[in-house]
Amino acid sequence: MNVLKNSLQKIYISLIFLFLYAPIVTLIVLSFNDSRTRAKWGGVTFRWYGALFQNEDIMQALFNTLSIALISALVATVIGTIACIAVMRMNRTGRAVVLGITNIPMLNAEIVTGISLMLLFISLGLRFGYGTILLSHITFNIPYVILSVMPKMRQLNPSTYEAARDLGAGPVSGFFKVVMPDLLPGVLSGFLMAFTMSLDDFIITHFTKGAGVDTLSTKIYTEVRKGIKPEMYALSTIIFVTVLLLLVLVNRTPAHKAQKLSEGEA
Amino acid sequence: MKKLSSLNSKIKKKSLGLVLAAMTSAVLAVGCGGSSPDAGEVVVYNWGEYMDPDSIALFEEETGIKVIYDEFETNEIMYPKIESGASSYDVVCPSDYMIQKMIENDLLQELDFEQLPNAKANIGTQYWEQSKEFDPEGKYAVPYCWGTVGILYNKTMVDGPVDSWSILWDEKYADSILMQDSVRDAFMVSLKLNGFSVNSMNEDELQLAKESLIAQKPLVQAYVIDQVRDKMIGNEAALGVIYSGEAIYTQRENPDLEYVIPKEGTNVWIDSWVITKDAQNVENALKFIDFMCRPDIALKNFEYITYSTPNDAARELIEDEDIRNSPIAFPDLDAYQGLETFSYLGDEGDELYNTLWKEIKSQ
Repeated sequence: MNVLKNSLQKIYISLIFLFLYAPIVTLIVLSFNDSRTRAKWGGVTFRWYGALFQNEDIMQALFNTLSIALISALVATVIGTIACIAVMRMNRTGRAVVLGITNIPMLNAEIVTGISLMLLFISLGLRFGYGTILLSHITFNIPYVILSVMPKMRQLNPSTYEAARDLGAGPVSGFFKVVMPDLLPGVLSGFLMAFTMSLDDFIITHFTKGAGVDTLSTKIYTEVRKGIKPEMYALSTIIFVTVLLLLVLVNRTPAHKAQKLSEGEA
Repeated sequence: MKKLSSLNSKIKKKSLGLVLAAMTSAVLAVGCGGSSPDAGEVVVYNWGEYMDPDSIALFEEETGIKVIYDEFETNEIMYPKIESGASSYDVVCPSDYMIQKMIENDLLQELDFEQLPNAKANIGTQYWEQSKEFDPEGKYAVPYCWGTVGILYNKTMVDGPVDSWSILWDEKYADSILMQDSVRDAFMVSLKLNGFSVNSMNEDELQLAKESLIAQKPLVQAYVIDQVRDKMIGNEAALGVIYSGEAIYTQRENPDLEYVIPKEGTNVWIDSWVITKDAQNVENALKFIDFMCRPDIALKNFEYITYSTPNDAARELIEDEDIRNSPIAFPDLDAYQGLETFSYLGDEGDELYNTLWKEIKSQ
């Protein structure tokens, strides 16, 4: 009985992994295909990886994607964290109202956010380009930061800040020395969430981008009519491997720390 | 307590200041990114992968005009972008029926043909004629690429010569037929099969066309767009409806494939350069269009995208005789009957077609 249960478990889990990763594996395999079409296997090649770094358009799009993700996540983290401080000082109704309002953009369909941002930018007379993409990414990132910082904020003991002030810390140093360390996990996860949200956004970027500025997602989409170029497979493979490595690193580090800590105690 | 509350208000002020600072810096960043519209630039909006990047570089080198190049994936995605005025595109490359729609909605401006000597000299007369179906007075559009829609078939899987749309209804080829997954293209096949115009607005004709498509549905392996190419190369289907520009590429990859324009006639499509109504750089836009009509540049682009060029002078320059005289790339339009170009059917027409298409797809 147990053997059967075990093997069933294994089959089930491998099926899940198969469904999750079969598409990505296909893409990785195709990135080594020495033929422009997916229908023919032309042998193993690395030339798409070479061509990728020669292609200025793709490199520019990659740079835009990463810089927008980084800057928008940073700015949204700052604004979102400050907003959380403000929200904590509100009374119960005020807090409920503000949190409700910040939740709406997250639940809202992206296309609504995208189109309304586009209309807003038009009525403000802004010129569409890198700046408008950045502004809209900051906008839709803020709620995610608030979402992940707010629970940490609730757990704070308000007395610690008051104690720091009593002992002579200024408001700023009091905040950074006493409040911030407690908030840090929430702020970091908020930052990471904002970063990934910005990284894979297509719809909002599509509506708020201007002529000649592309992120990876919009760039890939324009290639649909003539077929997606193998360089994009190569780039996606690199991104996938990078993320995988990062994840492995991140997941290993705490284990090491814990080990060291316990060794120190012993 | 008093001390505390004053502290609170201090914190509030501080954070408000920070928020304001962050917001202003963000707005400033936008301002910087968008300012200084240089005297020498032109903003081009073209199909994805629809031009050799070298020709843009050459244009910039020779004229000193900076090209801001942007790409779209379908006419329908391009249209709202132009209509909303979100980005100030100067030159756009829409297809036939979309150009008509843009003319009707006053989004385009008339071209000064005095400044387009290459276009006048090199684009063949038959293409100007064909363009009249969507630009009746020939004032707005300069043809860039064109082609037909036909049947791509695998010689080893289909017996006998293919010359009619009716083969797509042959039960022998059940489950190995690929149809285009777009309303107008699918209806074109069925309307032509029944002997009607591709721009039909007659309800009875459209109902008949719908019936045919529904009857065909069980035989169709898949309704696809760009996968026709890969599936046909990979021998995954015997027959597929495809754009002539893709046919040359697929034949290069798989010599068993053959392209044919059915005898009932088909859609001749033309993608053309137009200039938007509120273009900021009209002079440069005209220079850009004319540059693209120069024979050597048109040839370069033809070789890169393999879609037929309407540029007769460029065609003369093609070295490979098989391609220069290829009946796929350059069919003699007079030799075929029933060739038509899509025209814009108005909102009503769009709605009618879409409703019928939904009925077919939901069967």
